[in-house]
Amino acid sequence: MRKLVILGGGTAGTMVANKLRAASTQAELSITVVDQDDAHHYQPGYLFLPFGQLAPGQIVRSRHSFIPDGVDLVLCGVEKVDAGAKTVHLRNGRELTYDTLIIATGVQPRLEATPGGDGPEVGKSVHQFYDLPGAEALQEAMRTFQGGRLVVHITEMPIKCPVAPLEFVFLADSYFKDKKIRKKVDITYVTPLDGAFTKPVASRELGDALKSRNIALETDFAIAEIDNETREIISFDERRIPFDLLVTVPLNMGPDYIAASGLGDEMNFVPCDQGTMRSLADPDIFVLGDGGTLKTSKAGSVAHFAVDIFMENWPQYLAGQQLTHNFDGHANCFIESGGGKGMLLDFNYETQPYTGEFPLPGIGPMSLLKETRANHWAKVAFRWVYWNLLITGKPLPFTADMYLMGKKIEDTASGTSTPDLLKGLASTIIRTPARLFGSLPKAKPAPGRPTVARPTSVAAPKASGPKVNPKAAAAFEALPEYVAQQGIDSTADPATVLPDPIVPKF
Amino acid sequence: MPTTMIGGRPIDVNDEGFLTDYAQWDEDLGKVLAGYAGVDELTDEHWKVIRFLRADFPARKETATLRRVASVGGFDMKNLFVLFPGKPAKKMSYIAGLPKPKGCV
Repeated sequence: MRKLVILGGGTAGTMVANKLRAASTQAELSITVVDQDDAHHYQPGYLFLPFGQLAPGQIVRSRHSFIPDGVDLVLCGVEKVDAGAKTVHLRNGRELTYDTLIIATGVQPRLEATPGGDGPEVGKSVHQFYDLPGAEALQEAMRTFQGGRLVVHITEMPIKCPVAPLEFVFLADSYFKDKKIRKKVDITYVTPLDGAFTKPVASRELGDALKSRNIALETDFAIAEIDNETREIISFDERRIPFDLLVTVPLNMGPDYIAASGLGDEMNFVPCDQGTMRSLADPDIFVLGDGGTLKTSKAGSVAHFAVDIFMENWPQYLAGQQLTHNFDGHANCFIESGGGKGMLLDFNYETQPYTGEFPLPGIGPMSLLKETRANHWAKVAFRWVYWNLLITGKPLPFTADMYLMGKKIEDTASGTSTPDLLKGLASTIIRTPARLFGSLPKAKPAPGRPTVARPTSVAAPKASGPKVNPKAAAAFEALPEYVAQQGIDSTADPATVLPDPIVPKF
Repeated sequence: MPTTMIGGRPIDVNDEGFLTDYAQWDEDLGKVLAGYAGVDELTDEHWKVIRFLRADFPARKETATLRRVASVGGFDMKNLFVLFPGKPAKKMSYIAGLPKPKGCV
């Protein structure tokens, strides 16, 4: 009997436990899920709490209710993983041995990793909404805010749900309009990126959405400090942005046991193959959910699609074969834009978010990158989908592979109106994606990637080393030596070579 | 993907101008790229950062973020903004002939 241990009973861990239990008998596979508590959080709900649109009771449920029969749920923190001995050491001293380990403990916000993020203004004028206590405290701060400077700020990418901070400013705009004090509130959106979003078309559409709401945009802001005394955020290039209420999105890091186990990078993310989510350090370790180094969003939709690919590879893994199914980085996310409307993004490693309709061209019912009521209601409905279908591994009408149909690849705007919501939603949920999309052109698949274990660059922790911030504990790595080399010329046809260089915008 | 002349050599770049082939870069090319990035002189301090980025890239297939440069490379973050003013992450990666670090979506 193979022994599988899953660290983390959140979105990815619960989903994969359900799918694996359904796919194999208890005689073939024992499954143990480890988490530090019995509270499963619907994390997309945190966004709505500060605006009083959801209550904590709608966000938290018992993990037990979603772990199927025949799976052990162990409630205890993880001390460390000894990958060499295939053993997980728990904080209570218990040891769990495994044949296969799935790391699904995600990432956590670390406000204290930013200098000043543990200062006296935290909980007063400095807030964050990426966990339940933070979102609850912010609800009170928003309720009593009478006007002034609201600054919404992203510390550093990657973060969980990269669109949530944008949604927050959209919802704040709407919230203060409803309270008839919008004119008394200055809203500034501060990002380390060079636009509202990383990808050009989405950045333009979302940038316009900020502008039309009179929300100021401050880009390329790398935060050095939250000054609790003057109530300013200060960047490394010494820009200062004053606030009366700061809503910061803290640095997201993996848990400390990852560093203690020597499995992580400087952010405690577990380096993994982009296609198979297999650890680069150990072929019997996989990382699902936010905790790995997939170059796509840290989001529930990615966890869902990645788990689907993992399940396709599972029989090959058991048979010791090469894993041939590759994740394409597919993510989709609903963006609440306030006033009962929402937008939708759908993208992967290769394809940026475009405008258009989803999932059916010309029909939708959802419109990509456009504000519609259908998109909002789909987001609202998703909470039900999450609790009742998604995490228990039931099939959803969204496939792991992304399709280009319905997307406007040119960056022209979609003028399509959204058809009847209920009809559209019902048809989306009823139809099975395999039949619907089976013969249609797929987006460019991710190129085949090596799936065998490679030597890791993660070395034993060094005794000492410089740190950005001692509170942001991270593993230290030995780097290969720099070797000077002679550059080779391009082999392109000389007739096609442009005489002048293309210089990026700096 | 276009190919352009840089420093008298044909070099493959992406639409934004970043090099796409790790093997085409050398330190002489780095000096030329630095000029385009508005960094007129590359001091020893600049070279230490650039060499760190070059050494770090092959195993990870991804350009180190500023945080990684600071925490793993041991460089002072504030000084990176002095060495490569304005957009240090973008400038450093361009001069080192590496992809722009992904902000991730």
